[in-house]
Amino acid sequence: MSRLQQFTTFYVDGLLCGIDVEAVQEVTPHLDVTRVPLAPAWIAGLTNLRSQIVTVIDLRCRLGLSQRPADCLANNVVIHGGPDKISLLVDEIAEVVGTEPEALEPPPEVLNERMRKNMSGVVKLDDRLLLVLDVEEVVKLDTDDSGAELDEQGRRFLRAEEDLQ
Amino acid sequence: MDPIINEFLLESSENLEQLTNDLVALEHDPTGDGHIASLFRAIHTIKGSCGFLGFPKLEALSHAGESLLADLREGRLSVTTEIIDVLLRVVDAIRQILADIETTEGEGDVLWTELIASLDNLHDGDTPGLPGDRVRQDAPWPGPEPSAPLEPDPVSRANRVEATIRVDVDLLDKLMNLVGELVLARNQIRDLGAARKDRDFVSAWQHLNLTTSELQAGVMKARMQPIANVWRAFPRVVRDLALASGKQLRLDTEGERTELDRSIIEAIRDPLTHLLRNAIDHGIEPPDQRQACGKPAEGRVLLSASHQAGHVHIEIADDGAGIDAQRILELALERGLVSPEQADRMSEQDLLELILLPGFSTRETVSKLSGRGVGMDVVRSKVEAVGGSMKISTRPGKGTTVRMSLPLTLAIIPALIIRADGERYALPQSNLLEVVNISGEQEDVKGIELIGDVPLYRLRGKLLPLVHLSRQLGIAGEPPGTPAQERGNSIIVLQANNHTFGLVVEEILETEEIVVKPLGCLLRGIRCFAGATILGDARVALILDVAGLAQNARLESDDRDGAAKEVADPGPTGATGRTPLLLVEIAGGQRAAIPLDQVSRLERLPRCAVETVGGREVIQCRGEIMPLARFSAIDGSCAAGASDDILDIVVHHERGRNVGLVVERIIDITEQSLEGTTRADAGGGTALAVVQQRVAELIDMKSIIGVPAPCFIGDPIDAQPESSR
Repeated sequence: MSRLQQFTTFYVDGLLCGIDVEAVQEVTPHLDVTRVPLAPAWIAGLTNLRSQIVTVIDLRCRLGLSQRPADCLANNVVIHGGPDKISLLVDEIAEVVGTEPEALEPPPEVLNERMRKNMSGVVKLDDRLLLVLDVEEVVKLDTDDSGAELDEQGRRFLRAEEDLQ
Repeated sequence: MDPIINEFLLESSENLEQLTNDLVALEHDPTGDGHIASLFRAIHTIKGSCGFLGFPKLEALSHAGESLLADLREGRLSVTTEIIDVLLRVVDAIRQILADIETTEGEGDVLWTELIASLDNLHDGDTPGLPGDRVRQDAPWPGPEPSAPLEPDPVSRANRVEATIRVDVDLLDKLMNLVGELVLARNQIRDLGAARKDRDFVSAWQHLNLTTSELQAGVMKARMQPIANVWRAFPRVVRDLALASGKQLRLDTEGERTELDRSIIEAIRDPLTHLLRNAIDHGIEPPDQRQACGKPAEGRVLLSASHQAGHVHIEIADDGAGIDAQRILELALERGLVSPEQADRMSEQDLLELILLPGFSTRETVSKLSGRGVGMDVVRSKVEAVGGSMKISTRPGKGTTVRMSLPLTLAIIPALIIRADGERYALPQSNLLEVVNISGEQEDVKGIELIGDVPLYRLRGKLLPLVHLSRQLGIAGEPPGTPAQERGNSIIVLQANNHTFGLVVEEILETEEIVVKPLGCLLRGIRCFAGATILGDARVALILDVAGLAQNARLESDDRDGAAKEVADPGPTGATGRTPLLLVEIAGGQRAAIPLDQVSRLERLPRCAVETVGGREVIQCRGEIMPLARFSAIDGSCAAGASDDILDIVVHHERGRNVGLVVERIIDITEQSLEGTTRADAGGGTALAVVQQRVAELIDMKSIIGVPAPCFIGDPIDAQPESSR
C-alpha cells in the first residue's frame, strides 16, 4: 500500500485532474469569493474559510480552459501553498486514486504550453487519463499571465487517448 | 535553562536599566541621595542573586561596583564623570556576562580584572585586590550593613509580585488575534440578527456586543506599553553623544507614561533614536557657539508624548540652530532633487520636507554620530508604515521640532466601508479628511471639472485632483468615453504622503471596526490594497491602500517624490517628456499655455469685486487680498474685453503669496512636449508652442507677474501709489 501514490482527483472543464493527497488540506463546497481587481485573471479572488482569508485560484483559467458556465457552482480544493492557504476552484470533486509511482508519465507534447507548465505528468488509469498537477507551479505567479486557450489539437488528443482506453 | 536562572536574567536586565538611568541622573544631580540608594539596591540585588546562583565573576564585579557606590553614599567620594564612566562600564560588563549566561549558561571567558582594578583604584577603602566572596560578612570596608538599604525592598517587591505578572508576548499577540476573530464573529451575528425582532435575541446580542468591546479594550490595554520603554535607553545615548561630541546636553521628557501598542512601540524605536541623534548631532551647537548666540551652553532636547483624538503625538524638540531652509534648497538643487522652477514655488515648509527625500544630508562632513544622513527618508517610511505621519518645523537659531502622529493600535482599525461595482472595500479612517456628497447636485454644478482628461474638484477654492475608484481598480463597466462626471456620488478626501486627493466612489455604506489581515503572497504585489478583512456577512473585503492608490493614479508625479524620481529621466519634464499645460484664452482670442505646476488654483469671481488700491487692481478672495495682473498691462495689447461680468483668474502661488492672472477663458488642460518651442522675443520670457493645432503663447507665470509690479510679490498690501514715493 505504501508504495502507492495517492491523488485527490477532480474535474476541470471535463478533464480529470489530480494533486497529491498530501498537499490537500480539505475539500469544501462552493464559497463566496470576493474579486480582487488588478490581480491576474486566474486569481478568482479571496474567500473566508473559517475566519481565514484564502486566495482562490480558478483552475479553468489557470490551465487555459474555457470559462465555467454561470450555473455551475465551483467546489474548492484547499491546499497548503507555501505560507498561505490557497483554494483551487474545480467543477466537481472525484474520488481519491492510488497509482504506482512509476505510472507517472511526462505530459504529452501536444498539450498547450500553459497546461504542460502546470503539470507534473499524466497517469493512464483504466478508463481515463489523469492529469497530475504540479501544485508549486500552479500557485506561482508567472511573468506571463495571459491565458492561452487549450488548443483544439490538444483536446482532440486527450479525447483520443481516453477513447483508446 | 533552569527557571530560577531565567528569572534572575529577567530581573537583572530590569535592574540594569534602572542602574543606567540612575547613573546618568546622578551625574546631572550629584547630590541626589535617592539615586545612590536606588543604585545601591539594584546592584546589591544582582550581587546577592549571583552569589546564590554561583556566578563568581559577576559577583566580584558587582561587589566592586557596590563598594564604589558605598563610598559615594558615605560621602568619601564625590560624583565625577570618571566614576560614572567606570560604573557605566560595569553595567555594560554585567550586561555582557548576563548575555553569556543566557546563551551558554556560563559567565564567558573575560575576567574583567582591569575593570575591577580601576574600580578598586577609585574606591578609597583599604581592601586591595579582588574582593572575596565572603566580603559581605567580614569585609573591613566601611559600607553600610547590606540589610539596611534592603529593608524596604522585600516589601515593595512582594507588592509588585502580587499586582503584576509577566506575560509572554506571543501569548498577547495570540490573544489579540482571538479578539479580532471575536469582533468579526460579533459583526456577523449582528448582521444575521438584524432581521430578527426577537427581544431575547437582541438583549443577548447586546450583551455579547458589550462584552466583546470591553474584552477588546482590555486586551488592547494589556498590549499597551508606556513610551518610556523606548525612552529609557535615551539618557545613556544622550550622555555618550555629549561626551563624544563635546557638547553639553540635557534631555527632558514629558508624558513618558503615554501608552502605545507594543507593535507600534517596536516600529518607532529606531526612528526615534535616529531623530534624537539627529537633534544632537545636527541641531545642538557646540557650547561656545551657543554662548555666542546668547543661549545657555547646555543644549536641551525635549521628548514629549501625548494622546490626542485617538492618536499618539510624539515630539522631539531641540533648542539648537534650526534648519537653514536656504541651505537645504541649495543642496537639493545641487543634487537635482528639485528643479529651479519647482524650488521657486516651494514654501518654507516644503523646503524643510526636502530633507525627508532619499539621499539627503545637510551635513557637509559625514559624522559618526548620526550616520550618513540617509536616514530621514527611512524614518519617514517607517513611521508611515504603521499609519503615522511626520512633520518638521524649525525656527532658525531657536531650534527644530519633529512631530509624529501615530495610531494607537494596528490590528483593529476603524474603516469606512464603500462599494464599487458591487464589491465592498474598506478605507482606513486614518487617511480620511472629509467626505463630500455630490449625488444630489446637478451634472453641471457637481463641481467636477473635466479639464482635458484630468478631473478636478473645486473644494473651497482649492483644486482637488480626483481619482475614480472603479477606474483605478479597472472594474468600471463603462465605456472609456464616458465623462468622469457621470459616475460617483461621493468624493472622499484623503491624505497620503502629504498629498491630498479626492476618491470618487459610488456608494458609502457605513463605518466599521475591521480586523486587518495580510494578503497572500500572490496578491501582495498589488499596491492598491493594504490587506483584507472579513465583514459582518462573512464575506471578504479588500482594504484600500491610500498611498498606493495615489501612486497608481500617478498623482504624485508633481510632488516631491515624483521630482526625486524624475531626476533620473532625461529632460526637465519627467518620464513622458510632456508637460501638463493649462490652455487659456487671453485678449482677442489669442491663446496662451501655462505650465500646470505654476497654477495653484482657478478662481471665478464677479468683475465688480475688483478694487483698486494705490493704482493696483486687487481682489478679495478667501480672506486675503490678492493682487491681479492682466495681459493688457503686460504686453500692451488691448484691454481684456468686458464681455461678461465674471472674471476667470489663474492663481499663482509664489513665496507665500497668491497672485491672480486675469484671463478671458479657460479652455483645457493638455499635455504637450515643449521641445521645438520658439522664442517670441528676447526678454519677455514668453515662447510660442503649437498646442492643439493652434499657436499658443507659452507663459512663465513668474516673469509675467513680475512685469507689472515687482513689488506685488514682495508685499502687495503695502504697495504705495507712485506719488507717495
